[in-house]
Amino acid sequence: MDFLIFQAPMLMVQASLDGILLGILFALIAYGMALQWGVMNIINIAQGDLVILGGYIAYTMYLAGIHPAWGVIVSPILMYFVGWGLYKLVINKVVDRDLFISILATFGIAIVFQQLMNFIFGADVVVAQSEYGTTMLFDNSVTLPNSKIFSAFVSLAYAVALVVYMKKSRLGRAIRATAQNARAAKILGVDTEKVYAATFGINAALCGIAGALISITLTLHPYVGLPYTVRSFMIVIVAGLGNLPAVAISGMGLGLFEEFADYILGTEFRIGAVFMLLVFILVYRRFKLSKKREYLK
Amino acid sequence: MNKLAKLFITFVSAITLALASISSSFAKVEDGMIVLGSAISLTGKYSSNGVHTQNGYNLAVDRINKMGGVKVGGKSYKFEIIYYDDESNPKRAAQLAERLIKQDGVHYMLGPYSSGLTKAIAPVTEKYKIPMVEANGASRSLFTKGYKYLFAVLSPANQYLEVAIDLAVEKNGGKPVKIAQAFEQDAFSQDVRLGILDAAKRTGSKIIIDDKLPKELNDMAATLAKVKATKPDVLVVSGHTKGALTAIRQISEMKVDVPMLAMTHCDAAKLSKQHGKKSEYALCASQWHKNLSYKDKFFGTGKKYDKDFKKEFGYAPPYQSAESSAALLVFKDAFERANSFDRDKVRDALKATEMQTFYGNIKFGPGGQNTAKPMILFQVRCKGDVCENKVVAPTKWASDKFFHPIPPWSERG
Repeated sequence: MDFLIFQAPMLMVQASLDGILLGILFALIAYGMALQWGVMNIINIAQGDLVILGGYIAYTMYLAGIHPAWGVIVSPILMYFVGWGLYKLVINKVVDRDLFISILATFGIAIVFQQLMNFIFGADVVVAQSEYGTTMLFDNSVTLPNSKIFSAFVSLAYAVALVVYMKKSRLGRAIRATAQNARAAKILGVDTEKVYAATFGINAALCGIAGALISITLTLHPYVGLPYTVRSFMIVIVAGLGNLPAVAISGMGLGLFEEFADYILGTEFRIGAVFMLLVFILVYRRFKLSKKREYLK
Repeated sequence: MNKLAKLFITFVSAITLALASISSSFAKVEDGMIVLGSAISLTGKYSSNGVHTQNGYNLAVDRINKMGGVKVGGKSYKFEIIYYDDESNPKRAAQLAERLIKQDGVHYMLGPYSSGLTKAIAPVTEKYKIPMVEANGASRSLFTKGYKYLFAVLSPANQYLEVAIDLAVEKNGGKPVKIAQAFEQDAFSQDVRLGILDAAKRTGSKIIIDDKLPKELNDMAATLAKVKATKPDVLVVSGHTKGALTAIRQISEMKVDVPMLAMTHCDAAKLSKQHGKKSEYALCASQWHKNLSYKDKFFGTGKKYDKDFKKEFGYAPPYQSAESSAALLVFKDAFERANSFDRDKVRDALKATEMQTFYGNIKFGPGGQNTAKPMILFQVRCKGDVCENKVVAPTKWASDKFFHPIPPWSERG
């Protein structure tokens, strides 16, 4: 336990801003997960690995001399096709089976992706340099890396674009219809197979954006996907499916929670605290549900 | 018929037994070959360092074989290594060690990559009384278990950064310093931490931040914000390559000013290449550097080793390769002194090793660790945009002066 943070108000500001900026990025990944969970009823364990793959796309561009920030445009395009291909290859065979099968399938995909990335990009930890500099506030006592600010803005922009797209476009409407009732949508002429493929592609594309942002703000390694999967799972559990503002808020909340857990409990409990919170929320939800059932009796 | 069948069975089992005994008693030395075994990480998370280790072993085997091999009992033998891929997985490594010993009949082992995997294999080699010379397991706990068949050519982990604290105290005019430290929660990094604790106690220095980093570490902003608020004299970070890369990225982004920054795994992380000028002035612990003045008759000097290795594999040898090559020099020397293939005689000869290799002096302490070679520290220094690792301590080999204190970020371009 360390209470330094309560003695220094600037640390509090630093932690809050760090948490919120990071949380927005998590929310983007979580939104992708919520989308495909809602539409296809699939919990994608490979979510984090898609993120890392997106990061490696940006990193490859960086190695080729292109600024890695362009990754936020290139990576989602490539990742869309990766997601689409993945759907055609594996996911379409498990999409109408029960949840357990899809979890197993995506777990398998996660392992294959990790090994492939290890094989192609090597086991070394890598970073891409954005050279964006730092914003200093309050006489240099609070510092915000511009790359983190950039990543929060890009995430927000993409999230807004996606919401508009889902509301206005034909495909967006088809996706929402399928989410509400796949059978009814099918009867009314929606090609649900196509919708599923597109949804999985969009999710992968969102992961691609997040990965590109992670390559310039944090570090990349073939085996660090899982914490991102857990975080997005957690955000979706709290926010519920198909509710973007809730996902954004719960993402920021998780970012804040992580930062404060880091300061107070220590860095070693940072990810542990997320897991603990997940357990608490699941137990709490169950508790609430069981109460409701009693009420109905 | 019945009799015939019985006879047949007896015959077959006799042959099997005979074959089995032949294979196990001759496997170690076949047709003038001394067969060594090694489980090594060719895939999985340690694969890059696993390959560095394997390249180091192979280079030394080629060199020794070309230069006349190992002379035992007046006859010349050549080295050969059986490798298996342990997939960076400790359980698999232990299984493979069993397989090497029981099925392949290997009587001498070379170590795997990393402390964790060496820890998994050591109980197996110990059980079968197989001498193992390892070059990539530095964790102190390997040397406190009373293993009798384990020999490490490298300095133990707790020595990695002790020197850095002494250096900080010296720069502070002999007065104790304030230390902030962050270590990953794994065997190796925690041993480095123990070394710092010892050094702090010895010099009367105070540890003001003592953070532990998780295995999935990719963000240490909180630790660094605390460092900024408490202004220590020296910041120590050890968390493998992830730790080194994350620390430099966030120290530069958050403009954290500390007079001295000491780390491990800078060269493995290719710090000066990946972060360039941002990594300047970082002080790094290393087992070996090509500029050291050690010599042997197989590889010559460190510089010559560097050249030969580059020619063979197309990249500059990291210290993981150099120490792996040294492991074979140790085996050769021990076989020749033992003048026998008796495992216990070879083991006793290993125990009595006292030699110089291009990699450093080697003499084993009671736990099997190398006590004759000091760790070195280098500092990342840049000229224009090109950054290099310059040896700054110990003074005997220092090519450059230790730059202290690190200028504040406001003055760095």
